[in-house]
Amino acid sequence: MTFDETHHSPTQRVGGILLHVGIVLAAIAFLFPFFWMVTNAIRPNAEVLAVPPQLFPSDWQWSNFVYAWLYLPFGRFFLNSVIVAGGITILTLTVSSMAAYAFARLRFPFSDSLFVVYLATLMVPQAVIVIPLFLMMSWLGWMNSFQGLILPMAFSTFGTFMLRQYFLQIPKELEEAAMIEGCSRFTIFLRIILPLSRPMLGLLALFTFTGQWNSFLWPLIIVNGPDYSTIPLGLTLFQSQQGVQWNYMMAGSTISMLPGILLTLALQRYIFSGIAMGSGFGGR
Amino acid sequence: MSSKLAAAPSRAGTGRAKAILKDDRRAAFWFLLPSFLGLTIFLLVPLAASLVLSFTNWQLIGQSKFVGWRNYVNLISLDPSFWQVLRNTFHFTIEYLVLNIVISVTMAVWISNLRWGKSFFRLIFFLPTFTPLIGSAIVWLLIFTPGGFADFIFSTLHLPIPNLLTSPDLALQAIVIVSLWSGFGYNLLLFGAALEAIPQSYLDAAAIDGASSWQRFWRIKLPLISPTLFFGTVMTAITSLQVFDQVYALTRGGPGSATATLGFSIYRTGFAAYKMGYASAIAWVLFVIIMALTILQLRVQRRWVHYDL
Repeated sequence: MTFDETHHSPTQRVGGILLHVGIVLAAIAFLFPFFWMVTNAIRPNAEVLAVPPQLFPSDWQWSNFVYAWLYLPFGRFFLNSVIVAGGITILTLTVSSMAAYAFARLRFPFSDSLFVVYLATLMVPQAVIVIPLFLMMSWLGWMNSFQGLILPMAFSTFGTFMLRQYFLQIPKELEEAAMIEGCSRFTIFLRIILPLSRPMLGLLALFTFTGQWNSFLWPLIIVNGPDYSTIPLGLTLFQSQQGVQWNYMMAGSTISMLPGILLTLALQRYIFSGIAMGSGFGGR
Repeated sequence: MSSKLAAAPSRAGTGRAKAILKDDRRAAFWFLLPSFLGLTIFLLVPLAASLVLSFTNWQLIGQSKFVGWRNYVNLISLDPSFWQVLRNTFHFTIEYLVLNIVISVTMAVWISNLRWGKSFFRLIFFLPTFTPLIGSAIVWLLIFTPGGFADFIFSTLHLPIPNLLTSPDLALQAIVIVSLWSGFGYNLLLFGAALEAIPQSYLDAAAIDGASSWQRFWRIKLPLISPTLFFGTVMTAITSLQVFDQVYALTRGGPGSATATLGFSIYRTGFAAYKMGYASAIAWVLFVIIMALTILQLRVQRRWVHYDL
């Protein structure tokens, strides 16, 4: 097919095989922590730090997942995470698509300068604003509340930036026709722009949701106790329980990682296309 | 941007065009209102407030007053732990950044040269990326814990390495390892996509001219992916300067302050010691570093990144 492949010498062929063997070994080493997590989740706690370490449990206690779920209110954490990440995602999509439409299509004074301000806010690290946000939340009485977990995190301008780029590619003729028919800007936005932007809105939803599912610092600061704890915060509660229950912690980690892994497996092409746009969807 | 806007409807000089313009302004107001209010309340006001707080001795309880530059002066001249925090942060960022970029570029090139399973292997290394860092960190905590799997490997191989988490000299390495494991898959994917976008004809032409695969990498592939490489480097640098989750889950900044980074120090000073004013000063040091880095890299970008293709 390509130059390399049509003219391979024996040394190149051996090289090709070595490349594959090497990457398989690297992948196995890389996956070891996942293996270690699951096999330790299902073994008796006394066996976790056995010397020498045993690769597989003597007794496969899948029931540990049930005990971990009951040991701390993991069902509650899971529900809280769904509410918080879901709420932030819905708000982010609504707010940033509206702003993006204004920047992409409407003419108003200082639009360029305002857009630069929106962009510049992306530079502000969360750690810089958490102290005043914490004071604001305690002043409002929003500590330990869903509004406190959701609202301050729902106004990232990243989506505005991404969606504006996308809206700019939509042909103007579609809107002009609708305007002649007498449609308002809002109708055009709802009926034409949003439906045409479904792929990008989906991508934004996916990255916002997973980012918020994994978020830790803000819940740590404004939540006390298990009632409003999200999953990452709940995992650290295991650490402060008396006596380290390693097997339950590993079961908890497995539960926390499962949604992200399943999403990655199910939507890999979609996720990879988002990252390939080089747009900085949640860089690490 | 402005040229596209100006090209919009024809400027027939009619009243209708003016009416549309007026309608546009009104619509823009309502379309922007929610985001503008949210940004102001939850970002711009807190940002300004944290700057103001950094010039006070706010402690959550008791009297607080303006202390001028004293917090900043104390940070630099009186607080030995701050220098350690700064050192830890830079040590982590530089080591993590270099390793992340080298590993992800190497692996991306390696995988792009495979005949079978390119997307499969990219997927494998990407798996931790969408999962909570706290989850990965707790798994690695079990591996690194005294008497854990890592210690077993070290002693079996007769390596004179002490337990990572309890060693002041090596604890930061544990943070680096966890961060690499859960983070490099993102850049691998980013760079992998850039490599795929290089036209095969360029590489074929170079091969016909007798360029070795080493030369093809340095002379063709690397320059052509440099915009993406630059972008990935900036993003990774900015996130790693803020490292927090891994530190919290693995070491809580310890032993001593051996792994306390700026992000962790803001948390510890503000929410464990309740020195909100002092913590805000640390936060602004972090912000200034990140701003400086962003500006510096935007300048550098102009000089060495090849955008023409």
